[in-house]
Amino acid sequence: MLDILTNMLSMCIPFSVALLLASIGEMFNQRAGVFNLGCEGVMAMGAFIGMLIPFAAGGGGAVSQWYNVLGFIAAAALGAVFGIIFAVITVTFRAPQGIAGIGLQMFGVGTAGTLFRHFVGGTQSIPGIPDFDIPLLSKIPFIGDVFFSHNVMAYIAYLFIPVAMYILFKAPWGLKVRAVGTNPRAADSMGINVTRTRYEALMLGGALAGLAGAYLSIAQAKMFSDTLISGRGFIAVALVYFGHWHPIQIMGGALLFTFAQTFQTIIQSMGISFPYELAVMLPYVLVIVVLSFTSKDQTMAPSSLGKPFNREIRT
Amino acid sequence: MDNKIRSLRMEHITKRFPGVLASDDISISVGEGEVLALVGENGAGKTTLMNILMGLYQSDEGRILINDKEVRFRGPEDAFKAGLGMVHQTYMLVHNMTVLENIALGYKSAWKHTSIDMGEVRDRINEISSRYGLLVNPDAYIWQLSVGEQQRVELVKTLCLGARFLILDEPTSALTPQETDELIVLLKNMKNELPIIFISHKLQEVKALSNKVTILRHGKVVFSGNTDDYSSQEIAAKMTGHEIVLPRNKAENKSGETALEIDSITVMSDMKTKALDGFSLSIKTGEIVGLAGVSGNGQRELAEAINGLRRTESGRIVLQGKEIQNLSPHDVIASGMGYIPEERNTEGIVPSFSIMENLVLKDISTEKFSDKGIVKKKEEEANAERLVEGFDIRCPGIMTAAGSLSGGNIQKVILARELDRKPRFLVAVYPTRGLDMGAVEFIHQRLLEIRESGIGILLISEELEEIMNLSDRIAVIYKGTVQKVLRQDEATKERLGILMAGVKE
Repeated sequence: MLDILTNMLSMCIPFSVALLLASIGEMFNQRAGVFNLGCEGVMAMGAFIGMLIPFAAGGGGAVSQWYNVLGFIAAAALGAVFGIIFAVITVTFRAPQGIAGIGLQMFGVGTAGTLFRHFVGGTQSIPGIPDFDIPLLSKIPFIGDVFFSHNVMAYIAYLFIPVAMYILFKAPWGLKVRAVGTNPRAADSMGINVTRTRYEALMLGGALAGLAGAYLSIAQAKMFSDTLISGRGFIAVALVYFGHWHPIQIMGGALLFTFAQTFQTIIQSMGISFPYELAVMLPYVLVIVVLSFTSKDQTMAPSSLGKPFNREIRT
Repeated sequence: MDNKIRSLRMEHITKRFPGVLASDDISISVGEGEVLALVGENGAGKTTLMNILMGLYQSDEGRILINDKEVRFRGPEDAFKAGLGMVHQTYMLVHNMTVLENIALGYKSAWKHTSIDMGEVRDRINEISSRYGLLVNPDAYIWQLSVGEQQRVELVKTLCLGARFLILDEPTSALTPQETDELIVLLKNMKNELPIIFISHKLQEVKALSNKVTILRHGKVVFSGNTDDYSSQEIAAKMTGHEIVLPRNKAENKSGETALEIDSITVMSDMKTKALDGFSLSIKTGEIVGLAGVSGNGQRELAEAINGLRRTESGRIVLQGKEIQNLSPHDVIASGMGYIPEERNTEGIVPSFSIMENLVLKDISTEKFSDKGIVKKKEEEANAERLVEGFDIRCPGIMTAAGSLSGGNIQKVILARELDRKPRFLVAVYPTRGLDMGAVEFIHQRLLEIRESGIGILLISEELEEIMNLSDRIAVIYKGTVQKVLRQDEATKERLGILMAGVKE
């Protein structure tokens, strides 16, 4: 029994990384007042480019780890470019964010799939990145397996949470982001460039979504397919609400969702007779249920979320 | 430091918006130790003028001079650098950040590359606080503060950021009378340190505080002079273009049977505490009962409970013999209740709907305006034309979005809708808050008229003058119960003030 539990929990951390990175990115977007429903599409593009680089270098065989690093960098850069495109549409041209996001999602998923068929063809796997056992710590029974025997990107992603908190709550840029997302008029009146700050936040959000996608293809699945992202981008958006725009709570949400997902995989693999369709639904049902019961306290919410800012129009 | 602002002049400022001439050749000037009151009705162009001064809008013509040197502001940053600070009517504060963070947002000298020296910001706040006697708690979140406290934060913020010249845009419009008095005292002390422009349409405050007054009407300066040389009445007349005498309830008591009986009701607040605790009050037909009190003592919850918008936990509310507590808002309306809500922009109208549509919101499904589910367009239009005319609603046309009107005109739309339905009772909550004298006069007249016609009115207000002018009886609410009910002739400002503060007689 302990084996199963260890197994389940040790899957939680690596499997939660993509969600975590994407939702932390989405949190920066939303804190700045823009929600990007196109997260899914940016992740798909990131996953594709991230996989393409090591694949092209090694043809599916072993490659230097540097190609994986290059894959991650390319994915983040492409994600940032998508963030800028989204900013042009929603910040400069003030298009409705929901529609623009759905457009970006379809564009990203569709383009990634098409380019994949063109450049790669069918299903191809890549070696991916190996696990790195942290010396000593990984030898602790149970705890070592759960926390200290993962791939490097998983550690980096979790170390990024305190960094994200510092950026958001202590750094000058985070202060600007929170101000433009809550009361852009106030920020503007204090000489803060609302447009620029929103662009920057969308770039960071896009870069993190791109990284999240590349994590899925390089580190987790070690392959690309049309259905690789399978709604994680949308779950990431939901997790931001779930986590009340706070990195720690978002991390909790990402872990809870991943736990439910590994739980259902393990139930299926144990051969318990339970309709698998229902098992697969479990994590999503959980998100809906938890979202409907989480606190509706809006005091900390970025209250200008979704509203374009125009200095000369009074609201 | 000799970077004091000794004089500021705006000369021949003109600004056009699509379809409106918002500022038409306006000139003003303020000197050392002076307070200039900029007065005018809503929509007269005061705020536009100040936004030009602060660099938020660019003027089409005209120039600005500080200490006799011409300056050009391309954005608010330039105006700050020149030492101008503005406290906006809607506070420029970020509600989910602390006072300290809000001030740090503009305090760029404490910004390092990757961190902010919060200690430096805190020291600056303390320095300003003690110098001007403005107490604030740097670690409180904005959403935790009352409106008066938020305003103090705004003042501290503006001064911390280096303002050597203050612009206050209707600073008292959301304050309680006590908070207003405190602010006036404060500003009187501050004017020795820095010149102030004070935008207001409340003439007692203008008289109490300012040295000079400039009056705007329809985007033009109609008058400039020394405040002391003119009475409030004279200034009011210049502001509106005609003499204003607020009507008073002098008619003899015509009250008849009980119109609304509120019998020891208990109602919860949003915070799940008892907002009303055994509250009882009865109002007769043809009688105005004023409910005086500092806001936040249960007034909002009372109005909502009467109108079916909030659950009544216990007790009864009886409208002319019929129990209406916990009925749906629809059934309360059908029972003959009229309601002028506190938040006119969000509860009183649907801002994106046209004036015409807003005027039939409550009756659209009656036979008068619809036939088998189809709206009778002609009736709807005729109704709107008639009410716009009858209530002097100033608008480009009946299809104009109601939300684009000025506060006074929005209130007239609401008043027109509620009164034209011939209600059997009316609840009016802060009906004139933030409105100019002309609109106040109009609304007061209408309230007195329907009282004459035998309708009972519950008037909830913070303006003691309004309550004393209009009410037959005055009830004072304190912490969810009625402190005392006074007849009109028994009430004085002092006595009401003491009761409102919670002192039992």
